[in-house]
Amino acid sequence: MEVIAFWILAVIVGAAAVFVIAARNPVHSVLWLILSFFTSAALLVLIGAEFLAMLLVVVYVGAVAVLFLFVVMMLDVDFVELKQGTLQYWPFAVLIGLAFFAEIVMVRTVGVGTRLEPSPGADSNAEAIGQVMYTDYLLLFQVAGIILLVAMIGAIVLTLRHRPYAKRQNIARQTARRRADATELVDVTPGKGI
Amino acid sequence: MSAFIQEHGILFGTLTVVIQIALFMVVLLIALAFILLLDRKVWAAVMMRKGPNVVGPFGLMQSFADFGKFLLKEIVIPAGANKTVFLLAPILTTTLAFVAWAVVPVAPGWVVADINVGVLYLFAVSSLGVYGIIMGGWASNSKYPFLGSLRSAAQMVSYEVSIGFVIVTVILLVGSMNLTEIVNAQGGGIWTWHAFALDHFPLILVMFPMFVIFFVSALAETNRPPFDLPEAESELVAGYQVEYSSTPYLLFMLGEYLNIVLMCALMTTLFLGGWHGPVPLPELAENMPVLVNNLAALAWFAAKMLFCFFLFAIVKAMVPRYRYDQLMRLGWKIFLPTSLAAVLIVSGYVVYTGVQS
Repeated sequence: MEVIAFWILAVIVGAAAVFVIAARNPVHSVLWLILSFFTSAALLVLIGAEFLAMLLVVVYVGAVAVLFLFVVMMLDVDFVELKQGTLQYWPFAVLIGLAFFAEIVMVRTVGVGTRLEPSPGADSNAEAIGQVMYTDYLLLFQVAGIILLVAMIGAIVLTLRHRPYAKRQNIARQTARRRADATELVDVTPGKGI
Repeated sequence: MSAFIQEHGILFGTLTVVIQIALFMVVLLIALAFILLLDRKVWAAVMMRKGPNVVGPFGLMQSFADFGKFLLKEIVIPAGANKTVFLLAPILTTTLAFVAWAVVPVAPGWVVADINVGVLYLFAVSSLGVYGIIMGGWASNSKYPFLGSLRSAAQMVSYEVSIGFVIVTVILLVGSMNLTEIVNAQGGGIWTWHAFALDHFPLILVMFPMFVIFFVSALAETNRPPFDLPEAESELVAGYQVEYSSTPYLLFMLGEYLNIVLMCALMTTLFLGGWHGPVPLPELAENMPVLVNNLAALAWFAAKMLFCFFLFAIVKAMVPRYRYDQLMRLGWKIFLPTSLAAVLIVSGYVVYTGVQS
């Protein structure tokens, strides 16, 4: 039963990945990409790594791919024109694909022959990952966090523009304003005006 | 679930699971019909109107009449719309809204899938909900739906962050991501519910605000008023739903309300003690048959959920719509730092007192 499920899911992942590059409409490409992310998460569930699967869905499908979709929908680029001449790079594509394939084969044959345990030495794989991440590789984990923080700050610095002419709301000032500051009661005599 | 299937044989086990799922869906849908009516009735009552009162006694059959009307109308697909994506979007929304319910425990043991990462699963599925809206808005090939869907994408992604941190505080207190265990951790009466957390005394100062933040973020996440900017009728006509009619529109509606009720269920499970009553009565529970106990649990769960939904409905009636920059300010500048600080405080408390293990 698991084998059947694996083959169905694997075929869907493969087909979706092919459609990502084959689809003419870039938005369709992103939608296929989302399908392939989602199905890979299902594959992870199949080998018992449910925590990783959920993280894949939350991070990649729920956040990263939304931004992809967002950007692709907003861009006004003629993708058909952009795609012309892509075919001349096919030797590189084949090379990269072969390298990737060789790596996978190496992991399966040279590295570990048997199936990997999803949660070595712990009840659930959330615990197993936590153990490894926060005890054995704490320093690397924190370095990765700092790199991400720097990248985030860099992106903000690059895109932030201060526009002095833009009107902004200062909520504290707004709520601190009282009636006496803004209005004045004037007793106008008839026919005189203020 | 696969263990269950192996235990009971492939045919019988699978059949049982399918029947469970079907039963759950039917009960949910029928309950939803009346919840929809409740929403309209509350809204009407606040405005001193009567609300729907023609179909059936007190208008109880109104939702079913609406359902029939939606089914019988013609499906209009705008010219130039991306047909596949256009029709896929509402189906996706409703499917995801149903799928999320799989892990919600409504009574002891009454849950379709009791998985270890239940909370994460809910979080993941609800973060997928944004696709239905984006796809619908984009595929309509029209300006207002597209603007609405862009707004909603930004809004939902922003508020997911604070919802995530609020959920983390609860997970930290319980030490598990399994929803059943989270409910069981609140079994000692109303003072152990996470909204009050009186058994970890000073933490009420953190957890009650977290409950409020979760409620407000849930409003934003489900595009409910006062955060219904994606469908703001004064600016965007009806946002991403403009071009939808008939059954696709019904599916969007259904998905939206299922998500709202799911958020109510989530508030109940995470903060209001799930199926537990406010006072534990172990002697009474022991003398009752299991079925009675479970039905009582279900009644408590439903009552709390309805209370949460009542809050949703009354907010819709009373609070004016937010402006978009205010919405973003609230999410990123107020809720995010507050919930982040709460995560720090709660994890500090858990480590210092060692309550968890």
